[in-house]
Amino acid sequence: MKIISCLKEVPARDTRYQVDSGQHWIEEGGLTLEINECDEYALEEALKLQEAHGGEVSILTVGGARSEKSIRKGLAMGAKQAILVEDEERRVNHPYAAAKVMAQALQDEEFDLVLAGTQSDDYSYAQTGVMLAEMLGLPHATIVMEIEAKPDEKKIKALREMESGWFQWVEMPLPAVLTIQAGSSQVRYPSLPNIMKAKRKEIRRIPLDDLGVDLESMPRLEISRLYFEEAEGKAEILEGDTRSVVDLLVEKLRKEARVL
Amino acid sequence: MAEKIYVLIDHGQGEVRNGSLEALAWGQKMAAERGGEVHAVMLSGPDQEAARQVADSAQASSLLWLRHERLADYDPDAYAAALKDLVRADKPGLLLMAHIYQNIDLAPKLAVAVEGCLITDCIGHKRDDGGLVFVRQMFRNKLNADIRPSSGHPCIATLQAGAVSRDELQAGQSPLQERQADLDQVPQRRVSLEKIGAGKGQVDLTKADVIVGVGRGVKKEENLAMVRELAEVLGAEIGASRPVVDNDWMERERQIGSSGQNVSPKLYIALGISGAIQHIVGMKGSNTIVAVNTDPNAPIFNIATYGIVGDLFEIVPALIEKLRAD
Ligand SMILES: Cc1cc2nc3c(=O)[nH]c(=O)nc-3n(C[C@H](O)[C@H](O)[C@H](O)COP(=O)(O)OP(=O)(O)OC[C@H]3O[C@@H](n4cnc5c(N)ncnc54)[C@H](O)[C@@H]3O)c2cc1C
Repeated sequence: MKIISCLKEVPARDTRYQVDSGQHWIEEGGLTLEINECDEYALEEALKLQEAHGGEVSILTVGGARSEKSIRKGLAMGAKQAILVEDEERRVNHPYAAAKVMAQALQDEEFDLVLAGTQSDDYSYAQTGVMLAEMLGLPHATIVMEIEAKPDEKKIKALREMESGWFQWVEMPLPAVLTIQAGSSQVRYPSLPNIMKAKRKEIRRIPLDDLGVDLESMPRLEISRLYFEEAEGKAEILEGDTRSVVDLLVEKLRKEARVL
Repeated sequence: MAEKIYVLIDHGQGEVRNGSLEALAWGQKMAAERGGEVHAVMLSGPDQEAARQVADSAQASSLLWLRHERLADYDPDAYAAALKDLVRADKPGLLLMAHIYQNIDLAPKLAVAVEGCLITDCIGHKRDDGGLVFVRQMFRNKLNADIRPSSGHPCIATLQAGAVSRDELQAGQSPLQERQADLDQVPQRRVSLEKIGAGKGQVDLTKADVIVGVGRGVKKEENLAMVRELAEVLGAEIGASRPVVDNDWMERERQIGSSGQNVSPKLYIALGISGAIQHIVGMKGSNTIVAVNTDPNAPIFNIATYGIVGDLFEIVPALIEKLRAD
């Protein structure tokens, strides 16, 4: 199977964010970046299918030059090659644009399956994968926990998560697009030899402008203001050393909240 | 002409989804502000029962009932096609829906089909100098963003659970307008196979008075011993955020959140839980919420009653000691 695994870089989980002076984005200086959590699971699922059915996994990323670090990690995990659509100025900054650019980049690629993360840890829109499917004219399924491929029948089965602990199997013809949920399985660590090998794998770079996508006329979303939520209604923060803070908490739970 | 706001009403097993009623209340609110009309939109098979139910309970200018055999159960191709025709023909100013899993699956497909702007998982809206913006959370819920869709495109927005209270819904009746959807050209590609159920396990967290919730901040399975001890002293049940369950440190039935349990104990103690929206929707009905987290900006502090910015590995043993001593 030929599988495209969409991979995006996001600020690391423990980032203490700062909003930039224009209040449109975060301060990027000094940020540590990592692979978006669901995307890493998507890659893991892709690699499992590669092992089971042969073929090859290609990573597809839209991002700045620095995304190379995450792409190399993905290659070290086992992907065969990568495509990087170079977007140094972060002009691709909403899901419609991301999907359009990826659809364009995949236009001449042959593939059976595209896997993407369910949502990203920066925007959390949960839109890109499905939009990509629609632009490519392919069926899709979202919030997928498990995959059963039947490449001979050109079909794929996916277990979708639903609310309140329910799941549902769906089946559709290949090629298709699935968006993968975090926690679907255990993600592998790249071994040292594989990290070395990954350095020689190909990353094909496509300048964004070469794709000829008109970013202006499409439906766009713009962040008009980015901010920390106003303080009202926030928790009463209890202060002091460990012992006194615990004493205070217990007293409040007894006398104020009356829950103990 | 007054602007039309359409609200998609989801229903299953003859029951209207709570989130859809919240979305309808949101639509009513927006219409009141903007001087528009709200229309409810419902997709279903030919059986009129569900449509009647919606029509009789929700106050809207009309209930547009899109009807077709293939709309009896959710199928993204059929649903998107029916709604695409509706949006193209009626040109509503806004199409609102609940941010439920079905719409996460549907809305982006529809947005592309109608070349529309889609703003998912909104917690509200407001007006600023440039007009209407939608408020939503980004960066693991740590920041809020006002999002402006570009003009000249259809606009779709999904509303997070509980962001608008269902109590705000104006009840009433809506005249029913039936429309047969035209799906002849729409291929059936995705088929639904079996549904696997939320089996009822040993624990019922929905009945617990006190719950100690534990998150990824606990770091290792071994560290759960300490949390169990706290739960024992408090006579509490233990709940968990998703990563704890994904790591197999705890049974799935203890997961709290959108894909887990919905709980509303008198006391919820969140240990090392950041407060992602999918967790919060499962526990924000708790009476008193205590959060212990090393990160002062963790979003859990936005909904907690009492917060301790600190290390759970220090706080929990001290708390156990204190409760034991008393
Ligand atoms: C479709 C979908 C459905 C989902 N359903 C659910 C669901 O039902 N339930 C759910 O919980 N999640 C769900 N999630 C996942 C959710 O988005 C979050 O990823 C998850 O809730 C995060 O769990 P957490 O807070 O334990 O971990 P993290 O977000 O990693 O937070 C860990 C926290 O621990 C703190 N910490 C670290 N060390 C310490 C210490 N020593 N002392 C104190 N604090 C410490 C950190 O500051 C951090 O805030 C879902 C996601 C999706 C996309």
